[in-house]
Amino acid sequence: MAETHLTPRNIPDRLEGRGARLLKSWESLLLVVACLIFLGNSLASPYFLDPWNLSDATFNFTEKAIIAFAMALVIISGEIDLSVASIIALASTAMGYAVQLGFDTPALVVIGLAVGLACGAINGLLITGLGLPSIVVTIGTMSLFRGLSFIVLGDQAFTSYPDSFAWFGQGYVWWVFSFEFTLFVVLAIVYGVVLHKTNFGRAVYAIGNNQTAALFSGIRVARVKFILFLLTGLMAGLASICLTSRLGSTRPSIALGWELEVVTMVVLGGVNILGGSGTIPGVVLAALIMGMVTFGFGLLNVPGIVMSIFIGLLLISVIALPILWRRARRRLAH
Amino acid sequence: MANILKNRELLLVAAIAVLLVLITWRFPAFVAPSNLARVYNDTSILIILALGQMAVILTRCIDLSMAANLALSGMMAAMLNAAYPGLPIPLIILAAVMLGTLLGMINGALVWKLDIPPIVVTLGTLTIYRGLIFLLSDGKWINAHQMSDAFKALPRDELAGFPVLSWLSLVMIGLVFLVMSRTALGRAFYAVGGNPHAAVYTGIDVGRTRFFAYCLSGALAGLSGYLWVSRYAVAYVDIALGFELDIIAACVIGGISIAGGIGTVAGAVLGALFLGVIKNALPVINISPFAQMAISGMVIIIAVAVNARAERRKGRVILRKAEAV
Repeated sequence: MAETHLTPRNIPDRLEGRGARLLKSWESLLLVVACLIFLGNSLASPYFLDPWNLSDATFNFTEKAIIAFAMALVIISGEIDLSVASIIALASTAMGYAVQLGFDTPALVVIGLAVGLACGAINGLLITGLGLPSIVVTIGTMSLFRGLSFIVLGDQAFTSYPDSFAWFGQGYVWWVFSFEFTLFVVLAIVYGVVLHKTNFGRAVYAIGNNQTAALFSGIRVARVKFILFLLTGLMAGLASICLTSRLGSTRPSIALGWELEVVTMVVLGGVNILGGSGTIPGVVLAALIMGMVTFGFGLLNVPGIVMSIFIGLLLISVIALPILWRRARRRLAH
Repeated sequence: MANILKNRELLLVAAIAVLLVLITWRFPAFVAPSNLARVYNDTSILIILALGQMAVILTRCIDLSMAANLALSGMMAAMLNAAYPGLPIPLIILAAVMLGTLLGMINGALVWKLDIPPIVVTLGTLTIYRGLIFLLSDGKWINAHQMSDAFKALPRDELAGFPVLSWLSLVMIGLVFLVMSRTALGRAFYAVGGNPHAAVYTGIDVGRTRFFAYCLSGALAGLSGYLWVSRYAVAYVDIALGFELDIIAACVIGGISIAGGIGTVAGAVLGALFLGVIKNALPVINISPFAQMAISGMVIIIAVAVNARAERRKGRVILRKAEAV
């Protein structure tokens, strides 16, 4: 047994240095994992390293990651939004319906974003206006939004999108950089700055750590939360435009189950599901990891449902491992 | 009068009655006793599942994996029956319940021993259990002709004029009611959800209580797995896909507070029946079945809004610190 004299030297007057902290952070662990998967993929398949192939691989995660950024903020603030995949379906249905009425691409984009915003506003009003728990409200709206698109479409599909609309999901900005990937990078930077460098971002953390304290320190808790749900709706609308454009068709079952994948992505990125902590770089890395794993498995002909087992195991183990690790270390220390 | 208005179960009975009156106005034959019995029978599985979900929600947890658990247990039961047609049906049911319990235990152990938030655990196991069905069945369907007649007949067999399925759900309602009202475990469910800190001080192991709630929901999901597969005479990877939301909806409509500690067996049953009546009424009053999803979404939102207003006046908070956690 080690001596446990408590001398003043045992209490550090500051935490570890910046470098040490960065090295031990969740994000650097994710970076290592990402590199290993990248390496593994390039060894497993000779086609992996081709730039066009890598560019194709990004389509796996960009749409989900776009939502994941906003979802990260929502989860950091201590709430959750399970209705995002249904917002995609409703926005996509609205766009498909607009095509039938003869609207063209610019109008479709506006409609997609507007439907997303409207859905986000409904969530936000129910949660902040009436003070209802977000998990139940969004389970309800999840059913409501997708239900509306089932009412409109039934077992039919909208397919006749204008050619110019295809650019959002299939077009390239420059060389191998698709519109979706560029959007992903730009939004990553925007959300990173908003969360880590603005008062709004600090308010999100404050609310997630202690809502009452945040309220008493002058943060308009309800307004910030409302904006977050609005943003998530908007991002789901944006993702809907990309996905609809990429698939070129709308069925009511579009993006079914995506809410789970988006939440997994956010949690894997080191965001505490109970709120209060998490970073955007973590979410970016988690998106890359999930995209590469899915793509690598695809190259190896692993069926999608087996991948989902892997994603589920990943979700549980990324949360369980640090807890087990902390416990083992505590046991060793005594 | 004010007391009657505050009683959630009576309100729900009234809501169902209003619903029935509205349906009768369009289609009188709906309220014939034989048809109502059929509606109850059709809702039986949802009722059984809602009872399990209720126990979990009472302890401030949630079980999103119930439908996947049902599908996995059901697939295992169907494959067992297809491989060994001679196996007695009670044994198959027992196996399904045991597998369901085991899957529930996994959820419970992760929540209890590792302190992982329940929503994350069951989101994860939801996809894992679904995936396991694929691995187990190799993506194949088990069709009616592969199942033995006894396997398919049990839920349909009639006992005193009602199908066994209805009787089974009544028995389960009775059992869960006894557990909730007459056992220490049942009271512990309420105590843990009502105030976990106070529960600890009264000597209740919060984690263990949650574990048992998950065992119960798992066991009931396993039983429902057999019932579902034998009733519809088919088993495949996607059976009951998305049904977890209907189960939670039934609980929320039944007045079971998602914040834990509040809810009754009668509420869960009535919540499930409310959804069952809507589901069975839509086709006969000429509303597209595709509208069902949107309607249950609306109903969930309205129910949670109504419940939240009722809960806000539930009493004085005397220990704010413990209440806030």
